[in-house]
Amino acid sequence: MPVIVNVDKCKGCEECLSSCPFDAIVMKEGKAVINEYCQVCMSCISVCPEGAIVETEKEAPEEGDLQRYKGIWIFAEQRGGKVSSVAYELLGIGRNLADDRKTELSAVLFGASEPEARELIRWGADKVYISKDQIFEGFNDEPYSQLLTSLIREHRPEIVLAGATPMGRSFIPRVAARLRTGLTADCTSLAVDKETGNLLQIRPAFGGNIMATILCPNNRPQMATVRPRVMKRGRYDEGRNGVIIDVNADGVSSRTKVLKTVKEVSDITVNLQEADIIVSGGRGLGDPGGFKLIEELAELLGGAVGSSRAAVDAGWIPYRHQVGQTGKTVCPRIYFACGISGAVQHLVGMQSSDIIIAINKNPEAPIFDVATYGIVGDLYEIIPLLIKRIKESKGIS
Amino acid sequence: MNIVVCIKQVPDTAEVKINPETGTLVREGVPSIINPFDMHAIEAGINIKERIGGKVTVITMGPPQAETALRDALSMGADEAVLLSDSAFAGSDTWATSFTLSKAIEKIGADIIICGKQAIDGDTAQVGPETAEFLNIPHISYVRKIEDVSANSIRVQRLMDEGYDAVESSLPVLFTVVKELNEPRLPSLKGKMASKKAEIKKWGRPEIMADENDLGLKGSPTQVKNIFTPEARSGRKILEGKPEEQVEALIQELRGIKCL
Repeated sequence: MPVIVNVDKCKGCEECLSSCPFDAIVMKEGKAVINEYCQVCMSCISVCPEGAIVETEKEAPEEGDLQRYKGIWIFAEQRGGKVSSVAYELLGIGRNLADDRKTELSAVLFGASEPEARELIRWGADKVYISKDQIFEGFNDEPYSQLLTSLIREHRPEIVLAGATPMGRSFIPRVAARLRTGLTADCTSLAVDKETGNLLQIRPAFGGNIMATILCPNNRPQMATVRPRVMKRGRYDEGRNGVIIDVNADGVSSRTKVLKTVKEVSDITVNLQEADIIVSGGRGLGDPGGFKLIEELAELLGGAVGSSRAAVDAGWIPYRHQVGQTGKTVCPRIYFACGISGAVQHLVGMQSSDIIIAINKNPEAPIFDVATYGIVGDLYEIIPLLIKRIKESKGIS
Repeated sequence: MNIVVCIKQVPDTAEVKINPETGTLVREGVPSIINPFDMHAIEAGINIKERIGGKVTVITMGPPQAETALRDALSMGADEAVLLSDSAFAGSDTWATSFTLSKAIEKIGADIIICGKQAIDGDTAQVGPETAEFLNIPHISYVRKIEDVSANSIRVQRLMDEGYDAVESSLPVLFTVVKELNEPRLPSLKGKMASKKAEIKKWGRPEIMADENDLGLKGSPTQVKNIFTPEARSGRKILEGKPEEQVEALIQELRGIKCL
């Protein structure tokens, strides 16, 4: 255990118990004991008034090994030959990381064609590794993980990013397991620690109640999946040049087989994720009729209707409108939160919106912590006034 | 048919609150539950056993008190339970957890391994696929329907962003399940009585014959650097006044940044 309690110093004051986010400290015979739940977050060390909780030393990595890994890679996923939008977002953050590390940005593309690869270059990639093999037409975890694993072994990138999509979250773990390296799921922020060169991987945990910074200090590559719609795309440059490298997929195989792919998308889901403006309602609406007002404002602004989980659980609006940890992550230009208190589970789904406008009766509501503009008041007073003023300014009577 | 269901005991995150002064989680009075997705995995395991016969073994890795979760699973109708508990497992990330589970599953022997799609405390969804890789078997994530299962193959529906894929796999296979798959049954009274007396196997490092360097914190490539609560946005403006004034101020702000 790298965090231990010095039993001679421990006075049994129990101060440390509540400091632990993982419930890993228990009292035994009047002394604090750190158990198997410990995630080595160090929260308890500073809390102990006796200085009885200490970190034991951890072996340092062999520097040379890590420095043989160079370059930033992103995995560009496609469905039906079309590259997903998360790939362009990964190129945005990937470009920043590559510039910080003064290294190259490469994209890996399986199951698509040259024009798609050239598009990735225009969005910021220096190199694209492409396999046009038919085995990548449907999504099966094994061929994807086998070929990506062998490419990483050959080229040794220091960082590999993929979308935290059903596909990325399914096959990327196999790659990390095989390469014996760390993988951080569902990151919402990534940066390089200038001193150590380590990737600081920030992600929500405990249902979004807290954020954690994760490191992978002694293994390479550092791998992370990144939540869609959180990172911004980089600059598109029509004239940008790059290298496209064809990759041979001979020898990869699959024991699963996709028999058919069925689409079941509703217009609303698509709207929510692509919308420029979202107007969301929550428990504060008081009853299902409140969504009429929300819809009117959304329609006036050409936006989509979202909701908090509370409103969905109350049966006021279908689940597909839900924004948050267990719903959709959205990133519009303007997000209206009307009668939404702002549980962290909701915030993680919308806090990267450019502008957040919060309307709530309770001035203490956490939604105001993330708001760009806050209005403390009754939404049934504010929204009709807002609708009236917007109509006036648009010249609609 | 040997079916292994991997479960995790988690704090009920819906009940977790933040202490606004210290920024830490308030865990007092927060109940420990079986990870909700794992309840659907247990149901799926028992359901397959009822359809084609076999034995369901539930396993979990955790501290000694995780035994409660195993007894709950037994009361629903699982046949055997294994608790992986050892101080050598402490501080495991998903790599080390999956490695440990795979060693135990190898020892049990399995044709079908079922996991919940993710645990509600970590939300990584990585342990299932990583375990499959260590076992060198195929896996299918986000199973929402089991269309057919036989002695040597399985056909399921896998939930994707824009719909679903019908996927077929040979056995052995690992799959992870979503809530739409089924409705977990309630334990029967008889099941509850039996589960209290049931023997739970307790395995540590010696039983799974794993190298210390692959376990717990030593075997974990990732480290938690720090934990914090999401910060307030800087530069926020609270628009004061009567409703008319508040709305007017908002209109002006939106015009100022060319959003109207």
